[in-house]
Amino acid sequence: MARTRPRTTPLAATALALALTATACAPAGTGTDDDTVTVGLLHSLSGTMAISEVTVHDAVQLAIDEINADGGVLGRQIEPIVEDGASDEATFAERAQKLLQSDGVATVFGGWTSASRKAMLPVFERNDGLLWYPVQYEGLEASPNIVYTGATTNQQIIPALDYLREEGHTSLYLVGSDYVFPRTANQIITAYAQAHDMDVIAQEYTPLGHTEYSTITDDIARTAPDAVFNTLNGDSNVSFFQQLRSAGVSAQDTPVLSVSVAEEEIEGIGADNITGHLTAWNYYQSTPTDTNTGFVEAFTDAYGEERVTSDPMQSAYNAVHLWRAAVEEAGSFEVADVRQALDGTTFEAPEGTITIDGATQHVVKTARIGQVNDQGLIDEIWSSPQPITPDPYLEGYDWAAALTG
Amino acid sequence: MDALVNQLPTGLAIGAVLLLAALGLNFTFGQMGVINMAHGEFIMVGAYTAYVLHAWAGLDPTWSLIAALPLAFTLTGTLGWLLELGLIRHFYGRPLDTLLLTFGIGMILQQAARDTFGAPNVDVPAPGWLTDGTTLPGGIRLHHSRLFILALALVCVLAIAHYLHRTHQGRQMRAVIHNRDLAGVSGINTRKVDATTFFIGSGLAGVAGVALTLIGPTGPTLGANYIVDAFLVVVIGGLGRLRGTVLAAFALGILNATAQAWTDASLAKLLVFAAIIAFLQARPQGLFTVKTRALT
Repeated sequence: MARTRPRTTPLAATALALALTATACAPAGTGTDDDTVTVGLLHSLSGTMAISEVTVHDAVQLAIDEINADGGVLGRQIEPIVEDGASDEATFAERAQKLLQSDGVATVFGGWTSASRKAMLPVFERNDGLLWYPVQYEGLEASPNIVYTGATTNQQIIPALDYLREEGHTSLYLVGSDYVFPRTANQIITAYAQAHDMDVIAQEYTPLGHTEYSTITDDIARTAPDAVFNTLNGDSNVSFFQQLRSAGVSAQDTPVLSVSVAEEEIEGIGADNITGHLTAWNYYQSTPTDTNTGFVEAFTDAYGEERVTSDPMQSAYNAVHLWRAAVEEAGSFEVADVRQALDGTTFEAPEGTITIDGATQHVVKTARIGQVNDQGLIDEIWSSPQPITPDPYLEGYDWAAALTG
Repeated sequence: MDALVNQLPTGLAIGAVLLLAALGLNFTFGQMGVINMAHGEFIMVGAYTAYVLHAWAGLDPTWSLIAALPLAFTLTGTLGWLLELGLIRHFYGRPLDTLLLTFGIGMILQQAARDTFGAPNVDVPAPGWLTDGTTLPGGIRLHHSRLFILALALVCVLAIAHYLHRTHQGRQMRAVIHNRDLAGVSGINTRKVDATTFFIGSGLAGVAGVALTLIGPTGPTLGANYIVDAFLVVVIGGLGRLRGTVLAAFALGILNATAQAWTDASLAKLLVFAAIIAFLQARPQGLFTVKTRALT
């Protein structure tokens, strides 16, 4: 036996090396054969972000099924390769690398947190891949290798501030989780407030997952601001709204406007605790378009009557359809060709007609303010007069000059 | 000084939450020395008990809260008892193995909750009389849910104190902690005492879980949010000392609340941890220690 080992080891090593070379070379093209085209789905299916990202994953899967039933893309069926980002940035980067290099997928739909996007960005730029990112975010980014189908700040936060100002709410109390999105958002809010004669009474940050909000809610009750601008993320919203209620702050006197609370989160918060408060998004389950009626029906048919649809889910669903439209326009799955075809690509989305702005690779979309009703759904109470052109660096706003440097 | 007075109710409230979460650990970790990482998941099971009674059995919020307290105690107590009987007793004297074992049990329980109830948080509505608050003349706000948790924590402490000092079983438990061998040769069935201790400790986790639905999210990772703080309380209080746990919980709560009023939540957390490290440097055995005549 002792003799066989040294003989097999170099053999195995050679086989392994060959296999590696083979996998590294094989998908030099775009991961397609004659009948199918592969795409990557990269969301957190486990860990703390799974709560939100699984729903987005479901929406992408629904869009793929619809397109496949409709004859596929350029006559090819879409074959998804599912990877788990596991709520960990390093895993996102590593899985993205795997999808692009070993699987050679045509494009990837994925990400939720800004941290995961920032981790994947260099991977997509190095491999010249294309990532479709579906969540509203803090702006100040426009990579040629990412298409942003959620809102940037001038399509969500700034319209929300416009709305509060129109309603005469001029003193604001800012509450947020302690990471990049809330801090950037609050810088923008503070600059906006200074330029428009509004007061920012306080800025409070709490660690992600924080549950003790009495100090802050009592302070809100004491200082009685006109409105609270809430950029808390995840579980913390449950504690915040429960404790705000027992601090005696009502939605009539001090409405809280949230940018990270959608239909999906309201169930856990308890509709009782948040009824009457405000949200800023581009889509609600109640948005009255014909496409939306069909979307909600298709989604609940596929995943169950009790499921709700939300803005990030809808943006992820749109991304697949936009990609299909761009590919068919380009007549090719090659990233370079698809990118050329992006500008002006439109889709009749549940939120209304949306168009890709080629210069920033963001989507032109309407901003909507909603109010939570006692059923746990959100009613639209205001919308921007027309769809807003994305401006991730806020170049069109004089007061924001100092922010973007 | 003004900030301290204003923050006193908040500090006591935070302390009461810590105390409830740590009381059970005071038994399993403090008295028996078992590092039960699944303790947080027992808290989570307690919280879901309240949810099931409301959403599935259809009780109104008041009754589901009242019924959930004893039910959760029995349910998680039994879970803990089974865990001790089936697994942990084979690992006595091997703390690292126990830690890994119970960590795994915790993950299994978390995933079981995710599969049964779904990954998103569920809504456990608080009874109407607990969602409000009262403002005192000085402008201090008392949240009714917090007062309820404070009262519940104090009732639990009194019940435990009575059990440990006034009942036969409780005295046996203390005897085993002080000197296991001597208790054994005196005719105490130490195996039975261990099982009872684990039952009570785990049951208290269930009670804490029910109470936590009043002030926070109810989801599969609920317990993980509190477990580190709970261990800290027991370590600072001194292993196995009830009064140490009570004192440490309120001290941490008040320190947290004051620091937060003075700075912000992120920095407050950091300051509290710094204070804990400094304290344990000076007094590694915690506030109180068990005086024993054992030779170890």
